[in-house]
Amino acid sequence: MKKPVIEFQNFSFQYHSQAEPTLKNINLTIHEGEKVLICGPSGSGKSTIGHCINGLVPYSYKGDISGTLKIMGKDAERLNLFDRAKMVGTVLQDTDGQFISLTVGEDIAFALENDCVPQDEMKQIVKEVSSLVAMEHYLQQSVHHLSGGQMQRVAIAGVLVNDVDILLFDEPLASLDPATGEHVVQLIAELQKKMNKTVVIIEHRLEDVLSYPVDRIIVLDDGEVVADMEPDELLATDILERVHIREPLYLKAAKYANCKIQREMRPAHIDTFQVEACKEPLISWFHHAELPPPPREDEPILELDNISFYYEPNKFSLKNISLSFKKGEMVSIVGQNGAGKSTLSKLMCGFERPQSGKIFYGGNDVTGDSIAERSLRVGMVLQNPNHMLSKHTIFEEVAFGLELRGVPEKERMERVHDTLRICGLYPYRNWPISALSFGQKKRVAIAAILVLEPEVIILDEPTAGQDLLHYTEIMEFLLSLNQRGKTIIMVTHDMHLMLEYTPRAIVIDHGQVLADDSAINILSDPDIVQKANLKETSLFTLAERLGIEEKREFVARFIAFDKEEKKKWLHY
Amino acid sequence: MAALLGYIERKSVIHQLSGVTKLICFLLWSFAAMLTYDTRVLLFLFIFSFFIFKLSKIKLREISLVLILILIFLLLNNVAIYIFSPQEGVKIYGTSHVLFEIVGRYNVTWEQIFYQMNITLKYLTVIPVALLFLVTTDPSEFAASLNKIGISYRISFSISLALRYIPDIQREFQLISKSQQARGVDLSNNEKLIRRVKNAAAIIFPLILSSMEKIETISNAMELRGFGKRKKRTWYSFRPLKKIDYVSIVLMMIIFVASMVITFMDGSRFYNPFL
Repeated sequence: MKKPVIEFQNFSFQYHSQAEPTLKNINLTIHEGEKVLICGPSGSGKSTIGHCINGLVPYSYKGDISGTLKIMGKDAERLNLFDRAKMVGTVLQDTDGQFISLTVGEDIAFALENDCVPQDEMKQIVKEVSSLVAMEHYLQQSVHHLSGGQMQRVAIAGVLVNDVDILLFDEPLASLDPATGEHVVQLIAELQKKMNKTVVIIEHRLEDVLSYPVDRIIVLDDGEVVADMEPDELLATDILERVHIREPLYLKAAKYANCKIQREMRPAHIDTFQVEACKEPLISWFHHAELPPPPREDEPILELDNISFYYEPNKFSLKNISLSFKKGEMVSIVGQNGAGKSTLSKLMCGFERPQSGKIFYGGNDVTGDSIAERSLRVGMVLQNPNHMLSKHTIFEEVAFGLELRGVPEKERMERVHDTLRICGLYPYRNWPISALSFGQKKRVAIAAILVLEPEVIILDEPTAGQDLLHYTEIMEFLLSLNQRGKTIIMVTHDMHLMLEYTPRAIVIDHGQVLADDSAINILSDPDIVQKANLKETSLFTLAERLGIEEKREFVARFIAFDKEEKKKWLHY
Repeated sequence: MAALLGYIERKSVIHQLSGVTKLICFLLWSFAAMLTYDTRVLLFLFIFSFFIFKLSKIKLREISLVLILILIFLLLNNVAIYIFSPQEGVKIYGTSHVLFEIVGRYNVTWEQIFYQMNITLKYLTVIPVALLFLVTTDPSEFAASLNKIGISYRISFSISLALRYIPDIQREFQLISKSQQARGVDLSNNEKLIRRVKNAAAIIFPLILSSMEKIETISNAMELRGFGKRKKRTWYSFRPLKKIDYVSIVLMMIIFVASMVITFMDGSRFYNPFL
């Protein structure tokens, strides 16, 4: 038996700011050299477990602890934050926000600086460690000019300088595009093999993490460990479904086809999954599942005609973009980090004005609109709702835009109440905004835009960092707005969102439109997938392995079926 | 949008100077400009600052927004000086060459104009150079420099972090401000003052909240990597002083001493052309 490096015994924790314990009676042992995935829905306590391991609990986040926690065989109570930093290296979720210094080399060296390592020695160590993550040629670079994947590499190097025994990743995939996410998972796997570290990954994007083998998965729900088993074993149960974690799609398909998943079928990865037993039910399910209704053809509402835009002369952020959005459409805009997706959305909602080209709304030229005028036509919901909310109560927040425009009180009340009803916020209208969860705030932000009655609503990453249940809630809500005739445009990294909710997708690459097609067609074009850092869905691979010719149709049918299934959760 | 006050990377002599050198030179420069009212000295420093700008390869355009804000402030300041003390110039220079009368003690004298011109010149000498110092000094190197001249590393690091976040916060401010403008927030002159102040709160409040979030993340990241563990720390980006640093410091000291000598030689901080 290998020696244990992290041991929780009857461990409970309650934040001082919370009425209930966040972790309840946790018993959990992680051994040397193991690679463990901790997953769970939002609020399950999975981040808190990470904080307990790296010492942010109790040193930064105060609360009451009972039970014991041992790290590297030592009682955690006796280890302060700095002792722990020598044992546990933490890579935080917010890749951008965790950089302390401006250049790569300096950021990697940060822990060494604090340890008073002399400059020469420091430079030597930084050189060695940076070559482990293949960043040795970027030491002088500014961290802001790195891609998302490179940022993660630097963050990893920054904790490796301490020669830690345990690497802890707190939602490492949250802000990465799909292909970059996979590279990071691969890097983690390689490092673990090379250096024999213990690796703990906290993440709810299960299928993405499982693209490289993990030894064990620990599932948390409501502060308790509900599963602690090998991936193959876990995936044969219905635990993930119960706690609303998105299962690997190929397994979901098999389950929909009423195929019983057994541990022996090695379901942890699409390549190891023994599909034979499920072949027949899956193929018959495929023939019976219904296709989604074809999209409606309507009048164009928003048109971009040969738009170009730059922040600095001669450095085009967007070049010759022509796009047309139809009334009542639901569209995804996808592409690499930094491809120009956000800039495009800013042009559409009037935050920026194009240097050349024209924008039409309902056939009229609106290129010269002020921001306030455009927002009555095209509303923008920012990724972080905290950037939009400034009032005390939900009602005040939603009323704010009308108040500013001098809408008379009677009409104002009516419109705000209507909007709140549509958004399901009416019963909470007098609640203080500070008491709301992230997802609820998002809804308020959407309501604040919706009340101005724009026909087109643009959302930047509407579901980033949300678990499956909240994701479904937000998306079904957007779908209901869409069914009321609103045109919804979403900037997203989530390939499944794109497949599931938006019939049409636009791929932006280096400031230009790389593709404008149905979501399924885009994801089945290997060339586009590779260029735009997207990722093929495992459903294609499954269809291939089943010998189904119409791969796209297989995916389409799966999605239509899956959506119906998930709607059931929202109604219990 | 160009970053307003963040570090602007360039290859120039000014950028190559160590942070310590730039800090010392900047302090000497400010003292010289602040202590003197001698027009000749101020004019020399003012013209010399153009030369420094040229060396730094930073274009005035790149810091224009801040500069314009400061010029507006300067204008207001000048108006205020005149309103509260229209005879200040006469008091200082001891003569009164009246150009024309307005009302009561308010008249326009050559002395007052000259006095206010000197004040303006002082600002124009110090402020562009201060901005230049900010945009040519890598924040981390600046922290290392502060620490080297004896300031605690915690304070040094906080200052450099603040500098490093200026561009981020500006970007965020733009985003929030545009999103609030989209909802109808109007900060222009079309609105009444009280309304404008209220509207500004709609931007400031989210900005503060999101900055707090940022601070939480960064302070966690720093603590997890051992910041504050020891009484001292070393600096990856510290650059030892080179020949050019010593040359610059010596040159700046000469300028400082010379300007002090010229200023105080005649027993007054003011250069008096009216005698």
